[in-house]
Amino acid sequence: MAEGIRDKVAIIGMGCTKFGELWDKGAEDLMVDSFLECIEDAGVEKKDIQAAWFGVHFEEQSVGKGATSMALALKLPFIPVTRVENFCATGTEALRGACYGVASGAYDIALALGVEKLKDTGYGGLPGGPGLLGSRNALIMPKITAPGSFAMMATRYFAVYGLSPEEGKKMLARVSAKSHHNGSLNPKAHLRREITVEQVMNAPIIAWPLGLFDCCGVSDGSAAAIVTTAEMAKKFRPDPVYIKSLQIALSSGEELMYTKWDGAHVETGFRAGVLAYKEAGVKDPRKEISMAEVHDCFSITEAVTMEDLQFSPRGKVKEDIESGRFNLDGEQPVQPDGGLKCFGHPIGASGLRMMYEMYKQLQGKAQLPERQLKNPKLGLTHNMGGFPAMNIVSVAIVGL
Amino acid sequence: MVGIKSYGAYIPRYRINHNTIFSAVGFLGTFPPPGENAVANHDEDTLSMAVAAGVDCLDDIKREEIDGLYLATTSQPYMLRQNSALVAAALDLQNNIRTADFLGSNKAGTSALLSAFDAVKSGTSTNVLVCASDCRVSKPGSSQEPLYGDAAAAVLMASDDVIATLEGHFSVSYDFPDRWKTTSDKFEHAWEDRFIRDAGYAKIIPEAISGLLKKYNLTITDFTKIAFPDLYPREHAAIVKRLGADPRQIQTSLLDKIGDAGSASPLMMLVAALEDAKPGDKIMIASFGNGSDAMFFQVTEKIKKIGNRRGIKTNLETKKELASYEKYLAFRNLTPVELGMRGEIGFHTPMSTLFRERETVLALCGSKCKSCGTPQYPRQRICVNPDCGAVDQMEGYRFSDKKGVLFTYTGDNLAASIDPPAIYGFVDFDGGGRFWFDITDCDLDSIKVGMPVEMTFRRRYFDESGGVYGYSWKAMPVRA
Repeated sequence: MAEGIRDKVAIIGMGCTKFGELWDKGAEDLMVDSFLECIEDAGVEKKDIQAAWFGVHFEEQSVGKGATSMALALKLPFIPVTRVENFCATGTEALRGACYGVASGAYDIALALGVEKLKDTGYGGLPGGPGLLGSRNALIMPKITAPGSFAMMATRYFAVYGLSPEEGKKMLARVSAKSHHNGSLNPKAHLRREITVEQVMNAPIIAWPLGLFDCCGVSDGSAAAIVTTAEMAKKFRPDPVYIKSLQIALSSGEELMYTKWDGAHVETGFRAGVLAYKEAGVKDPRKEISMAEVHDCFSITEAVTMEDLQFSPRGKVKEDIESGRFNLDGEQPVQPDGGLKCFGHPIGASGLRMMYEMYKQLQGKAQLPERQLKNPKLGLTHNMGGFPAMNIVSVAIVGL
Repeated sequence: MVGIKSYGAYIPRYRINHNTIFSAVGFLGTFPPPGENAVANHDEDTLSMAVAAGVDCLDDIKREEIDGLYLATTSQPYMLRQNSALVAAALDLQNNIRTADFLGSNKAGTSALLSAFDAVKSGTSTNVLVCASDCRVSKPGSSQEPLYGDAAAAVLMASDDVIATLEGHFSVSYDFPDRWKTTSDKFEHAWEDRFIRDAGYAKIIPEAISGLLKKYNLTITDFTKIAFPDLYPREHAAIVKRLGADPRQIQTSLLDKIGDAGSASPLMMLVAALEDAKPGDKIMIASFGNGSDAMFFQVTEKIKKIGNRRGIKTNLETKKELASYEKYLAFRNLTPVELGMRGEIGFHTPMSTLFRERETVLALCGSKCKSCGTPQYPRQRICVNPDCGAVDQMEGYRFSDKKGVLFTYTGDNLAASIDPPAIYGFVDFDGGGRFWFDITDCDLDSIKVGMPVEMTFRRRYFDESGGVYGYSWKAMPVRA
């Protein structure tokens, strides 16, 4: 009988580059940077690593297909390296591969590394042509962009819960303003300026109703983790971070082609959350989850995710946003590192970047005292890939 | 008796006022007569408009009964790849039908109509749909620019249940070189207007009409309406007068409302005449282009029973003026427009995928689960209903004729578009089924969640490297 991987695997080292428009760094440079920080933090040497999982999404923009680019960049000595890709949840997939490799007993020490070099496209926003979802879709689908697809969820959320565009945009503006505050405190974040709710609301429209500051940064960066078995973890450090759950759910087509989904939430987010809470033994996520890094690619994504993860009741996230519940000094801080919004979103690295923040916060090593949360017990990462109607969501819960 | 069983028409939403054209390029030409032209949206062309007219015509008619489709045009997108076959595919007609393109002259519309008549009369076919459509690109500043409008008409020629019988016809053919265009020309050439008018228009049309009258021993006053293209308003009236008809017999010109629609023009006039016709009316139509086809129809009692068609009237009423000449140039790809590097990402159309998925892409057909009845698009093998999940229990299901409601939408300024923002959203179809579509012929501030929408066949992209025009269906607010 399958029992999941709760408390079987521990993270003993992590690395994360500064995220941003890193014109002088290629994907290979970024991989080396996060890798070196990671193995130093773990106190392991390259020869100790028995297997590696490599996450990158837009391979055509940077490293090409397969996993050889990472093996070559890091000079990994003929060990198994597997490339994974699952849209914007790619980083968590790399971690999941490494964790399952260790949990299975196949390896004692495994590496997960994600990277994305987005700023070699020549334009803002994410790359992606008509072929992104396959050739049949290219012949029938609108040229949907990431902001457009999530904007449709905002339109729907406003309609379902009776918010006027002004009310809805103001709710979302508070989400972004909070993340900008958190990002301003974080030296590794891409976007480090505070912004006001008014600035968010008055920003140019990218995809109605979302404006510029409802959208996350498009960044270059890399993050990495070394995982080992729970038994071995304390040999490496006194404060390893244990995997309590690592779950993933994918759309079934029900949202896109059946008429039951309300379009105002992400079904996979809810489902992955339920699976993760079960695996981790969490009964009341609103009370038990101390902090979270969720996939705030757009302000609306963070808002509905608070409901999907049962931090807020359905349709009530506005009250929690307004009360400051998710602020750095709130009851349940969300995006303490600035989130995708301000830390940035190099796709393949993002899931691992979220984990980097949870890991550092749990260890009490959040660089600056004003960023450090007080005694967090459980941290959650929520990493989403694709569009609200057709996507993957992974939820991981970690604790000391 | 062989004749017209149904009719339909399509006029695009946009109009451009002649003043707008003149204020932009007036320095190149003379002031045009007052009026406006119908302008195809940037995602429309001859074929998309032909399909729209066909949809209007086939409204309550079973598509399986159609055994022929003739397309008439002078502005076909494809030189090789039968344009009428593509229109038939979009209309979800059967495969065992006869398709043919009638090209190269403004009389192509009436030529196609006569060929359809011959096919039905001979017993070869029983229901032949004739679509005449023109979306002609004129050189900026040319005399054609304020003259030409984009529109399409469709007429179903059938052997029974006809609303008007085709009683007679007479044709003349001349290699009259008023306008010409070779395969290497982007724009057409034309000889002097006075030559076209005096040596062609004013002589060839009366010759065809007189020939018809003589052949069937009729007099001009026998006709309720006489319909032929209006290219020269004064001469248009003068021809009728010279033929001895009363000005009230002349079918009202559409020149100042949609412009001259080329091969579609005489059929547009015919549809307009049928919209007002009563049983017993006699209608004469004539075309003009390298000769002329004249034909006359006798309206039957069945005209009273024809269902609602958008035809000319509704299409004329629902319109929006194009604010600028520059927008018109961008719509017709007559001026380079920055789409951003995102818009330059190429797409090489996979033709074998297109053929395999032709019903999905061109006919907007999905599948319906025989087990639970759920319609789904695109076609699935495993039912999408989570409570069903039946495997391979699907039958074909056409969405193109289903209305729906807008589930959600956005106006996207990041997506490459000739007319930003790119508006798209989800449609929940009446009867079931949901998918995402571009939304066209609308303004962002006029659409709402829950509003009724319908589907429209459009040219979605031009794959320049592969030489492929890509078509599929979009949603649009229901046109009144």
